[in-house]
Amino acid sequence: MGVSDWIRSWPVYRQLTGADRLGRGEAAASPNSRERRPRTVDADRVAGSVCPYCAVGCAQNVYVGSDDTGEHVLQIEGNPDSPVSRGRLCPKGSASNQLVTGEHREDRVLYRPAYGTEWQELDLPTAMDMLADRVLDARRKGWQEADADGKPLRRTQGIASLGGATLDNEENYLIKKLFTALGAVQIENQARI
Amino acid sequence: MGSNMAEAHPVGFQWVMEAKARGARVLHIDPRFTRTSALADKHVPLRAGSDIAFLGGVINHILSNDLDFREYVQAYTNAPFLVSEEFADTEDLDGLFSGYDPETGTYDTSTWQYENGLPEHSAEGDRHREQSAGEQHGSGGPKLESGTGIATDETLRHPRCVFQILKRHFSRYTPEMVERICGVSREDFLDVCRAWTSASGREHTAALVYSVGWTQHSMGAQYIRAGAIIQLLLGNIGRPGGGVLALRGHASIQGSTDIPTLYNLLPGYLPMPDARHAGKQDYVESIRGTHQKGYWHNADDYIVSLLKEYWGEAATAENDYCFGHLPRIDGDHGTYRTVMDMIDGKVFGYFLLGQNPAVGSAHGRLQRLGMANLDWLVVRDLTMIESAEFWRNAPEIETGEIAAERCRTEVFFFPAASHVEKEGTFTQTQRMLQWRDRAVEPRGDQRSELWFIYHLGRLLQRKVAGSTDDRDRPLQDLAWDYRTEGDGEFPEPSADDVLRRINGADLTTGELLDSYLQLRSDGTTAAGCWIYSGVYAGGVNRARNRTARTEQDETALEWGWAWPANRRVLYNRASADPQGRPWSERKKLVWWDAGRGEWTGHDVPDFPKNTPPGFEPEYGEAGPGALAGDDPFIMQADGKAWLFAPSGVVDGPLPTHYEPHESPMPNLLYGQQGSPARKVYARGDNPSNPAPPESGGEVFPFVFTAARLTEHHTAGGMSRQLAYLSELQPALFVEVSPQLAAERGLANLDWAHVVTSRAAVDARVMVTERMRPLRLDGRVVHQVWMPYHWGPSGKVDGDIVNDLLGVVLDPNTLIQESKVATCDIRPGRRPRGRELLEYLAEYRRRAGVTVETGTHVMTADTTASETAAPETTEPETTGRDTTAAPDTTDREEDA
Repeated sequence: MGVSDWIRSWPVYRQLTGADRLGRGEAAASPNSRERRPRTVDADRVAGSVCPYCAVGCAQNVYVGSDDTGEHVLQIEGNPDSPVSRGRLCPKGSASNQLVTGEHREDRVLYRPAYGTEWQELDLPTAMDMLADRVLDARRKGWQEADADGKPLRRTQGIASLGGATLDNEENYLIKKLFTALGAVQIENQARI
Repeated sequence: MGSNMAEAHPVGFQWVMEAKARGARVLHIDPRFTRTSALADKHVPLRAGSDIAFLGGVINHILSNDLDFREYVQAYTNAPFLVSEEFADTEDLDGLFSGYDPETGTYDTSTWQYENGLPEHSAEGDRHREQSAGEQHGSGGPKLESGTGIATDETLRHPRCVFQILKRHFSRYTPEMVERICGVSREDFLDVCRAWTSASGREHTAALVYSVGWTQHSMGAQYIRAGAIIQLLLGNIGRPGGGVLALRGHASIQGSTDIPTLYNLLPGYLPMPDARHAGKQDYVESIRGTHQKGYWHNADDYIVSLLKEYWGEAATAENDYCFGHLPRIDGDHGTYRTVMDMIDGKVFGYFLLGQNPAVGSAHGRLQRLGMANLDWLVVRDLTMIESAEFWRNAPEIETGEIAAERCRTEVFFFPAASHVEKEGTFTQTQRMLQWRDRAVEPRGDQRSELWFIYHLGRLLQRKVAGSTDDRDRPLQDLAWDYRTEGDGEFPEPSADDVLRRINGADLTTGELLDSYLQLRSDGTTAAGCWIYSGVYAGGVNRARNRTARTEQDETALEWGWAWPANRRVLYNRASADPQGRPWSERKKLVWWDAGRGEWTGHDVPDFPKNTPPGFEPEYGEAGPGALAGDDPFIMQADGKAWLFAPSGVVDGPLPTHYEPHESPMPNLLYGQQGSPARKVYARGDNPSNPAPPESGGEVFPFVFTAARLTEHHTAGGMSRQLAYLSELQPALFVEVSPQLAAERGLANLDWAHVVTSRAAVDARVMVTERMRPLRLDGRVVHQVWMPYHWGPSGKVDGDIVNDLLGVVLDPNTLIQESKVATCDIRPGRRPRGRELLEYLAEYRRRAGVTVETGTHVMTADTTASETAAPETTEPETTGRDTTAAPDTTDREEDA
């Protein structure tokens, strides 16, 4: 590298002599930063989504790419089109790629029997079937046909549920519908907390 | 107030900053100096739990100085309506309203009714107490037999008109009283009053923002009532830049209230049927009065359409549309009652669907002991949360109260699909539904809740298919024929199909409905949630509307879809004057177009489209047709906004300052110390710290409050496992003022522990001037603040702050008082193991805590104060006599 090249490689020189007088763009670039590419350029497609944390409802763009093992989320960013969030995300929303792709995600059904000291694995259809039997049993044990005055109650106090504020409307709809048909009334979520 | 918006809703807060840049003044009134305070024009600290005293002071300031927006108040609120002669105010009864029953701790609300309006007599006080009636009556408020023919005085001078009652009720909320109760100087208080009242009238509005800093109190609903009264007096409801804005804390917590997973509601704020209701007709009559105004009068259309969606072909006119298939409630079935029932062995199975009560609910120990006494527990979550592993990581393992070998609860953990692995809608905090596309498939056993519930329902239906047991009929008849995608025994159900069913269809044509106005009670329509009808208007999923903000105006009607009918500002007819003209050019939103004979504007008008401003209904008319041209509050039974609530609120028709359940202060306004209708539970596992007039409160001398950090989310299940967020906020800490640090020997970054009669919790000390000692009635009160996101799991762990709290509830909502309690704080770490239990027992012994502490809720002396003149604000005579013996009636003793 000659002296003049060496001087021209200084960011401050480029800032003073070039168009980028504020030193926020080309003037500040290094060979390393010039080679950097956004994670999003490898995406095959972008899915429109909404941040799963608080209730502001910031719009997200979910960048999806693929390899031999299938499709993967590459990055999640704010969607600048949104009149609510204008593309911005808070620290939690910005970390939501880690939320959905992180190692902490469980992917197997686990079962801890009564008095057990460890988890056991259980296959999903078996777990669903065991659960259906238990639901009917708990419903029966807690069934109340009528109150003290003989007015019909037709409900069970044997089954309770908590959760919904982080779920979809469609999911809450089915939860309430199924439990109501079962006669379960203690169906609650964070809105009571 | 009651919100740290910059911290808890940071992206929404950009609009506050935008308003500030355009000249708005931002005031933050909150116990602690926070990120919001730092960006506000002014921060006013006040004592946690004293907000109604402050707001009452503002109301008094408005009314004493004639600063209300009189034209708005006269036309759009119930200010001119006369109230029954039998009504007696807190002024007359030492802090109680008429109708109080000290035996049950409940009100009979019949004396709070309007004159001439035929009241709904609630003779069943006991039952009322057991229900969260505010929600029971739905979003439209309670019924009135008639919405027309109420006696009024348009001059607002009649002594029994709402306006004058309001004036008298708040007359003792003086700046001096605000200073003594809240610790806010007169200068600061009057500055807030001036700023608030100046943002009123034709040209100006003010917006009021609150969050759970208001709801999580034993009188949380009344906090919001107080804020709403101010906003109505200043004409700030239904207008651009106005409103009472509730900032909710979870992605779809608004949705889970609209389409409720709540015990007392059916979709669209229809109440759950009650043991009283013999049939559907009875039920409908309990929702609406025969002659009441507005859209709740059509409740029959809404419930029949819901029943048709639930039970499909099986629901017919002959069988009352399967109304008898609905289970009945007859009291409190809320989450806290249920947890106590778990401990008492009355509940056998428990589903936790994306919720972590072992950390996130008040009184964590109660939650975990409940879980440890079940037949089975189902936990569905993204990650292994504390509630799934209480049997091996609860704090009670260390104290010996829970041991895996002795814990009988079977636990099923099902991994959940994340928000990008399923499609569906969230409803955000302004009632707007936004559809999410599925980006990728979940892996392994990860499934959506939609999958889980759909297949559980399918398996259950199969298991009871041949049953002749009558109790299986609702399940057998259930319409569970949702479209699915994919093959095999367990395909994914279609969220799109579920949303279509929620929207509703005309069963005679199969066409999707465009609006709730099309719903019918004759069985020809089916709709899962009437207020969501229209989300699929024209056969288009409007929740997926994504027209860029740059391609539409600022109302942004083409982004998402807001219920009802895509209206963005509720009750926006009030943005025009009684004649239908915008109050001013700069505050223009919706107006009457006389040429076309309809309401029009930038927003979708929230009013019958063709009802002209001057329209007057006939006496005795009912429903939407009975709304006068100046009745903007179309869900209210009389078309007006309620300054005074003649019913529907169980703890008083007007907000009244009571001290929190646990407080270092006597109530300086009345003999009645705490809310007389708050729900208390006299149980050994739910002790309370003493409050005046009980003795022993000095053992827990400090005010405790807790809240969120930006970098974590509630119980931490979605944040403590993330490296980025854990690095940003790695440890639990407690904020104390330099003065308190000096008093208790606390050093910055050293350990300290906070103690209540329930628990002791370790945290790092943060000594900061963000916490300011308050001078209250001649004494100094310190406040202590903690974030509450930690637990024993995750990349960063810590003690569970919610363990410090007990269970005492607002009687309207059955929400716990978790924003204020009393505590002690000591340097160093808390004792471990059995020693911790002994340490807490010693604290309780020193404070004289028994099962009954805090449960004697009535402390008013109704005989003594009847002679006191309402104007009496002399501190010496209104300060309560702390030597008086506590009332001995205990409504929970027999329970």
